[in-house]
Amino acid sequence: MNVRAARLRLKTRTFTALAILSSVFGNFSLSWGVRQVGSLVSLSPLTYVRAMFNPWVALGVSLLIVWLFSYMTLLSWADLSYVLPVTSIGYVLSALAGKMFLHEDISHWRWAGILCIVAGVALVARTAPYRSGATP
Amino acid sequence: MKWMLVAVIVAATALAELLQAMAMKRHGEIRDFRPGALGRLAALLARNKFILISFGALAVSFFAFMALLSVADLSFAVPATAASYVLETVLAKYLLQEHVSRGRWAGAWLVACGVAMLSL
Repeated sequence: MNVRAARLRLKTRTFTALAILSSVFGNFSLSWGVRQVGSLVSLSPLTYVRAMFNPWVALGVSLLIVWLFSYMTLLSWADLSYVLPVTSIGYVLSALAGKMFLHEDISHWRWAGILCIVAGVALVARTAPYRSGATP
Repeated sequence: MKWMLVAVIVAATALAELLQAMAMKRHGEIRDFRPGALGRLAALLARNKFILISFGALAVSFFAFMALLSVADLSFAVPATAASYVLETVLAKYLLQEHVSRGRWAGAWLVACGVAMLSL
């Protein structure tokens, strides 16, 4: 039983890390790519299709597909009330990636807003219905 | 322009999740997780108009997110999309008639305040 519990814990941690990292690096890569492409504000689908040929955009989209599958896989056994707050740390990591690699200027208000959002998501998750069975 | 794109992302995401919730509630709880049964479920859902419209809404949301990233900071765009929690809570309460606890309202308000602070 202990071996099973340890394996479940390892599986949960691996998929949680995969979901967070693929989301943060996916968004970062997408952001880096679309900055090279230029403004994408357009109603024409061709603008977006053309942007997909940028390698950073393509990498970002691929990583976000990895995120979607790892997130859905994680939800198949872990509680939403565990998954939501843990993955919301991605908001903070995305901001850090923006600051460190894209040299974004983040005001105190923006940091406070991000922390407020993480706290809000954690509170929403606390009240989310529990799935019976597995514990992370 | 930034906030207009955030509004499109939030509205499209909330619409997609609302339609998925409606479709899955009509379908009923999934109890059979064998690969064959999941394949039949996927085929059934692929013909469901709620699910198809929800995929269209998700595509709109993703392209609007790409457009937002091209005109706004990453540290603004990612947290701003969390505003969808607020709209989803309101829609769950009034359209799906779900019971929304005080804790969940408080969480949604915190998210809303956080998103508002991003603009300061």
